Amino acid sequence: MRGLVFDIAHMLAGGLVLVSFMQLYQDRLYALLNIFALHALVLALSVAWQAYIQDAPHLYVTAVIALVFKAIVIPVVLHRIIVRLGIHREIEQVVRVGPTMLLGMGLVALSMVVMLRVTAEADPLAREDLAFALCVVLLGLLMMVTRRNAVSQVVGFMSIENGLVLAATGAKGMPLVVEISIAFSILIAFIVIGIFLFRIRERFDTVDIQALDRFRGERS
Amino acid sequence: MAVMLDLAVQGAQMIVVLLLAPLLTGIGRKVRARLLRRRGPPLIQPYRDLIRLLRKEVVLAENASWLFRVIPYLVFAATWVAAALVPTFQSGLLFSWSADLIAIIALLGSARFFLALAGLDVGTSFGGIGSSREVMIASLAEPAMLMVVFTLALIAGSTQLSTVAAFMTSSDVGLRVSLGLALFALIMVAIAENARIPVDNPATHLELTMVHEAMVLEYSGRHLALIELASQLKLLLYVSLIGCVFVPWGMAPAGAGAQALAIGLAAYLGKLALGAFLLALFETAIAKMRVFRVPEFLGAALMLGLLATLLLFVSRSL
Amino acid sequence: MTLTLALSSIAVLPVVSLLAIFGGRSLATTRIVYGTSLAVSLALLALATTHLLGTGPSLSTMLPLGLPWLGAHFRIDALGAFFLVVVDLGAAAASLFALGYGSHEQAPQRVLPFYPLFLAGMNLVVLADDAFTFLISWEFMSLTSWALVIAHHRAGDNLHAGYVYLVMATFGTLALLLTFGLLAGPDGGYGFAQMRAEPPSPGLAAMVLILTLVGAGSKAGLVPLHVWLPLAHPAAPSHVSALMSGVMTKVAVYGFVRIVLDLLGPPAWWWSVVVLALAGITCVMGVLYALMQHDLKRLLAYHTVENIGIIFIGLGLALAFKAYGMTAAAALALTAGLLHAFNHSIFKSLLFFGSGAVLTATGERDMEHLGGLIHRMPQTAFVFLVGCAAISALPPLNGFVSEWLTFQAILLSPALPSWGLKFLVPAVGALLAMSAALAAACFVKAFGVTFLGRARTLAAERAQETDSISRAAMIVLAALCLIAGVVPGLFIDALAPVVEGLAGERMPVQRGVEWLSIVPIAESRSSYNGLLVFVFMVLSGSLAAFAIHRLASDQLRRAPPWDCGYPDPSPRTQYTAGSFAQPIRRVFGTMVFAASERTDMPPPGDQRPARLVVVVRDLIWEGVYAPVAAGVWTLSERLNRLQFLTIRQYLSLVFCALITLLLVLAIWP
Repeated sequence: MRGLVFDIAHMLAGGLVLVSFMQLYQDRLYALLNIFALHALVLALSVAWQAYIQDAPHLYVTAVIALVFKAIVIPVVLHRIIVRLGIHREIEQVVRVGPTMLLGMGLVALSMVVMLRVTAEADPLAREDLAFALCVVLLGLLMMVTRRNAVSQVVGFMSIENGLVLAATGAKGMPLVVEISIAFSILIAFIVIGIFLFRIRERFDTVDIQALDRFRGERS
Repeated sequence: MAVMLDLAVQGAQMIVVLLLAPLLTGIGRKVRARLLRRRGPPLIQPYRDLIRLLRKEVVLAENASWLFRVIPYLVFAATWVAAALVPTFQSGLLFSWSADLIAIIALLGSARFFLALAGLDVGTSFGGIGSSREVMIASLAEPAMLMVVFTLALIAGSTQLSTVAAFMTSSDVGLRVSLGLALFALIMVAIAENARIPVDNPATHLELTMVHEAMVLEYSGRHLALIELASQLKLLLYVSLIGCVFVPWGMAPAGAGAQALAIGLAAYLGKLALGAFLLALFETAIAKMRVFRVPEFLGAALMLGLLATLLLFVSRSL
Repeated sequence: MTLTLALSSIAVLPVVSLLAIFGGRSLATTRIVYGTSLAVSLALLALATTHLLGTGPSLSTMLPLGLPWLGAHFRIDALGAFFLVVVDLGAAAASLFALGYGSHEQAPQRVLPFYPLFLAGMNLVVLADDAFTFLISWEFMSLTSWALVIAHHRAGDNLHAGYVYLVMATFGTLALLLTFGLLAGPDGGYGFAQMRAEPPSPGLAAMVLILTLVGAGSKAGLVPLHVWLPLAHPAAPSHVSALMSGVMTKVAVYGFVRIVLDLLGPPAWWWSVVVLALAGITCVMGVLYALMQHDLKRLLAYHTVENIGIIFIGLGLALAFKAYGMTAAAALALTAGLLHAFNHSIFKSLLFFGSGAVLTATGERDMEHLGGLIHRMPQTAFVFLVGCAAISALPPLNGFVSEWLTFQAILLSPALPSWGLKFLVPAVGALLAMSAALAAACFVKAFGVTFLGRARTLAAERAQETDSISRAAMIVLAALCLIAGVVPGLFIDALAPVVEGLAGERMPVQRGVEWLSIVPIAESRSSYNGLLVFVFMVLSGSLAAFAIHRLASDQLRRAPPWDCGYPDPSPRTQYTAGSFAQPIRRVFGTMVFAASERTDMPPPGDQRPARLVVVVRDLIWEGVYAPVAAGVWTLSERLNRLQFLTIRQYLSLVFCALITLLLVLAIWP
């Protein structure tokens, strides 16, 4: 079925991919957190719109959870952690922005090819939404791999989870209880990561992964 | 008779475009000043500046060549022709088929080619800085712009701007991801090509921060007036382009009557004012980038354009 | 009739060359040789044009030369006529230029005998209709141009350039030899007519494609086989450089088109993937290399590589469309590629002539020793500017028309069903767009640093304008650039019989389109009118000039340039070629060339100047050619020991060989 409603769903999914690219582009920590909040906001809008199309009220709850936790709570808490630990605000990059964006393009092409081949019989719009969701997951992984700062690793991990939520809401019929449990487990994981960051910073005075690598243990 | 009327409308568009360009700059400066809590110059100040410059004597460097004196006219001619070919208040003008979007971009490219040569002509370091940075920016901005053109051409089925504008007003186009990405990329390219913050500062003359202003440093008098008018025309061209493709409502179709033309003109003025306001807002909110961050910025625009084109190649419904 | 006339005109050329050998070093010999070459080229040009426009059938003839059971077949069809036009237009322009330029030649006895033979070789390649004649003419062309490359063998590293050229040319001919062997099949049908009638199986066809890409591609300059081009083209005298860059590369393109699009039968879709990928890389690498150069002729030679990439993009798209039976689109892509070949031969020859004029006037090829020549050589500067604008694809000149047509062909490709092509073609489109923008940057640098600014050395300050014959040749080419840009429909219609023969269909007829626009596909889709754009620009520029001078002011006075209060007396403070390219070098060069800059600052109190060292490495040479060369050296060193064996060891070698052969005889079933 074509029509404006489905075009808007498509636009929101494409917007999520665009925001993932914007996350890859950032090299300052506060800007990254703001973009991540935007990521979660777009996700919330997308889930809410899916709830409207599919007439599934439990997805509204998912949207509100995404909005409150990931767009507001987590960025604010990460902000506080950065200030308290005094983490320096520049993100070190393993690969420069230009080649990273090229790799991102390649990942988008790859996920389009894979998804469009694997789901050959399904509804064309659902296939493309799934392809976008896979793009977001892969771009989140790319961010974890090409950035050295521990906070950016957390953000990358969160955006992977956003991509999974997008995929799950796009394919109709994910029950609410699964979403609640996923959200709570993410919250717990996040608190644990926060505590770890605290301890790491206390002990080693830095959260740069390359520096931490030196303390890993004996090299034979 | 109809041909005479069409010719008159085409001529009117060329005059309108020429007359409105300084006004666009004036609105932008006023809005920026107000946002910075200043009163700002009056809206017609750019007109006064141009007339003042036109009346002044040209002071030419001793070793400037004939090319240096001819280039302002070349740049102005190329930019004016390109700006006159972008539909403003009516699409499907008499000569709109003589140059499509690719040719318009190439005309702007030739204006830039000659301006870069002018920077090198006098043989000082300032001009060299401007020219070398300008061609670096162009080497990424032009491909990004061409990718946007490809996206539009693939969606609308034509590279003719009038056909694209007509297609966008019709209901065949949905809200497409590629269009959104193309709009993003086009805005980034427009900022870079018009030498706006964050790529270049149009109001400064420090060599650390200038690209366009460095190339035209040696120009004075009527030559400088023509170059300023050409850059104002270029800004008008880009705002009109974004307006006619992404905000096409209100434009009169080909061969419409006087009432539709009046509505088209009013809609066009509204779009220009809105464009100037948004540009000034954006420029005030953001700081200028280091010169070597600009390739990353434009590389991102190129990637977005390429992504938009790729999505269209891969799936016709995206 | 046309063919016999053509062959007889070509036969005049060796006679002229013989004359040059015995004529000695006098000016009269130079004039006679170049004058006759001009006459012959013009005659061949006229013949080819009449055949191309006349839509007659293709003519063939056989001469009893060469191999006794084969003879020498010659044929002139639409494709041959078109490339004959390209070759002879370039040859006529070069001969006209050389009439003026050749009088400054220091060693005419090294150049004059080979020049007519070079022209003869190129013409014969295009006319050849069987493998033997083709290969003989190809090798003849390579050898004569090699002799011309090492004409000034004591200057610079021309000998090294000649050596690399010889090796690469031999390598290319080897590939072509294998190609024709595969095409001829086990029966040995070496005539092109027989090859056309029996296309090879898909596996063999794939091998033929790869071998042709290696053989013809190395002569044309496809990356990574381009390394000889920037060494050899600048080493030759300027009119020969123009011929090698502008014309010989097109003969290589002709070879590719003839073999792959004509003799090989229906293409497979993946052939276009290989061609497009190579072409896209060639485009961008060529122009990036060109941007790093400060030798004017090397810059132009590297830039030829980029334009060959653009031509092959058109040819690759034509292959893709042909493989899927989309004949209209194939016609468009093929027209774009062939038109760019024609345009490039014109403006590249013009640019090389300009650099030849600069070389004669100043004795310098290095842009960093030139500058301010626009004041000393105004006419040369003007035509060089036209050439620079044409090669940067600026409307309303001809370079823009062929690039526009290539972009239109790319916009037709979403209809291709293959996934690989769906991802490759937009990427190639982006690479083409980037190379067009970088080409403009390159020629701003070339023109700006050489002709504009202030003179950097005494030689540049004392330059004189070239003689009128050389200028006439350049002016003719510049006028052609403008004409081909303003009325491109004529040239597209002239290409129609070629395209129809190869792609099965032709582009829509351009002659009847109103206002002389060109409409590649359909009027509603896209159109371009070079004449109107040109007229509009001239009118608006003149109107502005007139209005301003009348109504505002036309006062002018001269003053020193702006210097912030610190006058700089030395012209060395202006931007050099290296500093102009620095931003682009920093953005693209760090990845592509491993470019790095190092500043050597003296400690405080030391009087020596600070030095900036820029290192730009050719990664293709270091990665591909240097290991191969090193391997060949090591192998030959090892094998060299065979030269110094004792008699007993030689006898034992003979003994071992005998035993081995007897063993083989014993074991073989």
